[in-house]
Parts: sequence; C-alpha cells; structure tokens
Amino acid sequence: MNAAIEAEAARLKELGESKPRLARDPVNEPMINNWTEALGDRNPVYPELAPPAMVQVWTMYGLNGVRDDDDPLGAMTKVLDDAGYTSVVATNCEQTYHRYLRPGEQLAVTTRLSDVVGPKRTALGEGWFVTTLSTWYVDDEPVAEMMFRVLKFKPPEPTGSVIRPLVNQDTEFFWAGTAARELRVQRCPDCQALRHPPGPFCPRCGSGTPDYVVSCGRGEIFSYVVHHHPPVPGKRLPIVIALVELEEGVRMLGELLDVSPDDVRIGQPVTVDWSRVDSDLTLPVWRAVP
Amino acid sequence: MTELPELAIDTTATFVVSTALATRDFQDVHHDRDAAVARGSKDIFLNILTTTGLVQRFVTDWAGPRALVRNVSIRLGVPCYAGDTLVFSGTAKPDGPDTVVDVVGKCSLGDHVTGTVRVSAP
Repeated sequence: MNAAIEAEAARLKELGESKPRLARDPVNEPMINNWTEALGDRNPVYPELAPPAMVQVWTMYGLNGVRDDDDPLGAMTKVLDDAGYTSVVATNCEQTYHRYLRPGEQLAVTTRLSDVVGPKRTALGEGWFVTTLSTWYVDDEPVAEMMFRVLKFKPPEPTGSVIRPLVNQDTEFFWAGTAARELRVQRCPDCQALRHPPGPFCPRCGSGTPDYVVSCGRGEIFSYVVHHHPPVPGKRLPIVIALVELEEGVRMLGELLDVSPDDVRIGQPVTVDWSRVDSDLTLPVWRAVP
Repeated sequence: MTELPELAIDTTATFVVSTALATRDFQDVHHDRDAAVARGSKDIFLNILTTTGLVQRFVTDWAGPRALVRNVSIRLGVPCYAGDTLVFSGTAKPDGPDTVVDVVGKCSLGDHVTGTVRVSAP
C-alpha cells in the first residue's frame, strides 16, 4: 500500500507543473470590495490595488468548479482516499507575493506536487503530509507563490472512550481471543495447570512457555463489587464488577450486565458475552444465566 | 521588538459565511451548519483563505497602508467555530530592510493560527 502511494507521488512529481488555469475573472474592484467588506479590512490602498492575500481567491474553482485532471492534489487525494486515508486537514500555508496586483490583470495558476511524506503517526491518526507548490502568473510573469500542506489521515474509529487494556506479550493471546469471541485461559504445557491473569511463568512448575485452552465461558459469581465512584469513562454508574469462577477453575473479572446491584448474589450462574468496542478491542462481560 | 495592538474578531455565523463566500470558498462546512455537524464538526468554521487574510489585515492595520506585504506563512491549529472570538497578537522585529511579525491568533479552543508576516517599506 505504501509502495503504491509512493509510486503515485513519484509519478506526479515527475509530471511537474499542471497546465496554467485561468482565473474566472480578471482582478476586479467588486470582488476586492466584497473581500475587504467581509474581512473588515479598511486599508485605503484597496481596491486600487488588490489585497495580496486575495491571490488564491482569483483562481478558486468556485461553486460548481471541477478540479483539473492534472491537478496533482486531486490525483494524490484519490490514491490516499483509496488507501483509507480519507480525512484531510490543512496544516501549513505559505504565500509569497512578488508584487501587488491591479484591477484588470488576468491571473493564471499552475500547481505541482512538492512532496509526500508518510505514513506518520499524528494526534489525528496515521497520515501522509502532501505538499504542493502553486505559482500565479500574469502572462509569463510569476507574481505570487504558495506552499500548501495538508495531512491526509485515517480517522481513528470511535472508541466509546472506554479505558483500554494494556496489551503485552503475556496478554496478547487473551485479547486476540476476545476479538475472536474465545475466552482463552493460560495453561502450562508442562504441568497442565491453568492460570489467570496471564503471566510469563507457571507459578506451580516454573515453565516459561505458556499455552492456552478455550474456556466454555460458564461459571458462577465468586465475589463482586458495586462501583459507585469515581467516574469511569464511557460508563453510567453504578456498575457491577463480578469475579467469576469459571467451570475450568480459574477466576476472572468482568462487568456483569443486566443485573441491578441489589439483585446480584454470590454463586449466581453466569455466562460470558462480548462487548465489541472497535476493531481492535472486544471486552468479555458476564450475563446472568436465568 | 514591538508589540502590535490586539485585534479581536467576533467570528459570528454571518462573519464565517460572508468571508467564505468573499473568498469564493463554497465548501459546505463554511456555510451549512447541518452539513458541518454531519461531518463531525461542532458548527461551521472559518476557512483558510479568511484566516490568511485576517493575519495580513492584523499586520497592515498596524504597519499602515504604505507597508508592502511580502510573505504570509502560517501554521493552522484548532478550528475557529461560529460564535467564537478570534484574538490576534503579535510582535514585530526588524530583519534587514524588512520587518517580520510573529503572529498568533487564539480562539476559545487554543491557537487557531500561528505564523509570520514579512512586510517592507515601499
């Protein structure tokens, strides 16, 4: 996937500048007046001169505009969209003005791809920084330039803001199991002892190469707490956290759903169920067996 | 180093819409609140061409009509939503024959824009 993105970036860079695209209108006083009125800019040199920051305005695609086929940002956006980097945010814009423009001047703009850098981990998610360079011309004279950088990123899936487990090499098999809706219990391949929570060594014989079995998911409440405070992200309190003794003999913690705190009792039979948070996390939960 | 006078802009919905249209930016997130919310935003928000224009205005309001703007270089931060207030502050220092102004535009969510503007005397 990265190779495809990099290949397209290299191809687009090789193409260089897009064909010059003419502004819809020449630089003109009414549009300058609309701009200064909206932005509250009372600089008296306008509208005899155009505000330099308006340079991009003259060549905007407009209400019904369609990007040119050879616009490198459009082409790069497509390949990144296809790779799942569907969101976009602009991060940098640098404009350099060689001179001020006057009403009557006809602008044209060209754009080329400067670089594509990624994948990078950012606060918004994994993404690629795409930088383009645009040049505005009056006839053959370059009058302004712009460097424009966007981040095309994969929006992270909503997590429901739950507290996420720390997954390490000892517990990875357990969370891979929940994702596959299997309640996995660690087993020592040497002495066959089952243990939970998972750890690197067998507490009975000291073996360091653990294995696992899949639990039937049934058990009884060995103990429980009713959690009233402090607040837990993503939860409406109170909640019941039950320590369940599974039929295989190990005890495991989880939230007990659908049983009000007053109705929980020790010895109550429960069965495992699954609470899918997102594609990376499924939590085991308990439900009472009627 | 010279401190520039602050510029506070009430970014009302009217301001967000009229500046988006005056910069010929018709993306719905700048004028249609329902569309902006559907795309995960809190409300309509300021477009980049307006932010660039306001950074330029902040500096020329202080530097005067004879100053020529040579370069505006900005880094974009948090969105500035309709109903917020955007406050620009800045410091100017000479750089050869030019003046370079460091600009920060803050709204209630934090830094909306940071950057520099280079101006020169005619």
